[in-house]
Amino acid sequence: MTATTLESAVEEVARPVRPTPARIPMSRIVSVELRKSFDTRSGFWLMASIGILAVVATGATILFAPDDALTYGNFAAAVGFPMAIVLPMVAILSITSEWSQRTGLTSFTLVPHRGRVLAGKALVAVLVGVVSMLLAGLIGALGNVIGTSINGVDPTWNISALEFGYIILGNLLGMAVGFMLGVLIRNSPGAIVAYFVYSLVLPTVTTVLAETQEWFADKQPWVDFNYAQGPLFDGDISGQQWAQLGVTGLFWLVIPLSIGLWSVLRSEVK
Amino acid sequence: MIKVESLTKQYAGFTAVDDVTFTARPGRVTGFLGPNGAGKSTTMRIMVGLTPASSGYAEVSGRRFADLPNPGLEVGVLLDASAQHAGRTGREILTIAQRTMGLPAGRVGEMLDRVSLTDDEADRRVRNYSLGMRQRLGIATALLGDPDVLILDEPANGLDPAGIRWMRDLLRGYADRGGTVLLSSHLLHEIEVIADDLVVIGQGRIVAQGTKAELLATAGTLVRTPDVHQLAQALTSAGVSFTPSAATGSQDALRVDADPGVVGRVALDAGVHLVELRAADGAGLEEMFLELTADTQRETLTEGAAA
Repeated sequence: MTATTLESAVEEVARPVRPTPARIPMSRIVSVELRKSFDTRSGFWLMASIGILAVVATGATILFAPDDALTYGNFAAAVGFPMAIVLPMVAILSITSEWSQRTGLTSFTLVPHRGRVLAGKALVAVLVGVVSMLLAGLIGALGNVIGTSINGVDPTWNISALEFGYIILGNLLGMAVGFMLGVLIRNSPGAIVAYFVYSLVLPTVTTVLAETQEWFADKQPWVDFNYAQGPLFDGDISGQQWAQLGVTGLFWLVIPLSIGLWSVLRSEVK
Repeated sequence: MIKVESLTKQYAGFTAVDDVTFTARPGRVTGFLGPNGAGKSTTMRIMVGLTPASSGYAEVSGRRFADLPNPGLEVGVLLDASAQHAGRTGREILTIAQRTMGLPAGRVGEMLDRVSLTDDEADRRVRNYSLGMRQRLGIATALLGDPDVLILDEPANGLDPAGIRWMRDLLRGYADRGGTVLLSSHLLHEIEVIADDLVVIGQGRIVAQGTKAELLATAGTLVRTPDVHQLAQALTSAGVSFTPSAATGSQDALRVDADPGVVGRVALDAGVHLVELRAADGAGLEEMFLELTADTQRETLTEGAAA
């Protein structure tokens, strides 16, 4: 039998022509992405854990730190540690769940520009990062006031606004790394494992290398992104250290992020 | 209106969609039919921009999908009802879509009613949904923006008979009000009862397309006889083409490209005794489908080559 391609006159039922709808605004994409970060049980508890862990870390500092260690710097360090783990997870999962849970099929058809969806996610990550850090800073400050008054010592406020700003930036870089691994790997467990290799295993290797190999010790600030982020958390960063952060960030963050974005934009969503 | 023009998708080593051209028109239900792996889903993913085409293009309402400013208001899409975050409730999934499209919140409840999901079911997490409930939720998402065009990949999958009937009535009514419906299926009988137009695809190529009436009218005659060999010889010498038919489930049938009257005359002249002789459109689309895709399907259902 031959294939038939018949153009027959079919009576067409015309629907009233409707005006072309307005383009979906970026603000709406951001608000929807924000909602998607909270509306599952796992997402909700991940977000809630930011506040919970900050309270737990503060409580532990009050209970276990000696009196002379009850400084805001120590509270901030205690609160900051869980942030450095949880915030990148938020960034990773906001990307990878579109693939691992296959919600991308809907997300990328309702907004047929993947770049806009990813931009929305990036803005949400920054928003969540900054708000979480401010919240954590506040909880740490409360802990400092309560802890010192319980122990009858004067509170020490040894972190300036600028230093706190550096710490926020450092955490946002951590989220950017999570975002980068998310778009590059597009699989939740894979990206999470990669993040821990990136942020825990790799620094251990480079530290050992720097201790045993003199030639590497000199070059480490220029090749080790984790190492170059250190000054941000110490609250003091020189011009040269900014340059080191920029150079290492280019290779460890910007370039892989660009490759990841490029592959997301042209890959198939199944 | 959906227009697909010379669409081709090549992967390393094989061509999943091969020069596919068709149009789905307003007011019609267009059935996109083919065996598993024929390229239906790939074609549909290309239409909505989830898969890049190697060449050719697809347009919905006169524009490329990516050029639609708010696609949910113009095209309802359901590609895979299971592709949802298992931890979200049905209501939440609809709410996300409603917000993305910028619709009033009341639409969510209306759509839940429309697809017969109860409030209780809507507040359950999707991991606890049956496939049929997921399909209803997917249909609700597709209908949310009151679009002119529906693109549905295997929407009847997992529905019970009542659900299939419901889906059929819903899509029929949608097309009757001027909507364009493209639905894919490998469930032939389902497509046969609902579609106005058919596009049949096998191994990435279109093997037949037209209105259902046209395609069924070309289906010829079905004839059964205990003496297939002798009838085949008689038909060959009469210059009438035929193929072995699997329509009856055994090997005693032929499908002949001629009217029953002609076949009856040939059989009488040859002295072959017939046990059945009728227009083959009773055998319907399945027969046509199996034949059209005979060399492209996984199981060989018909034996031997046509004479």
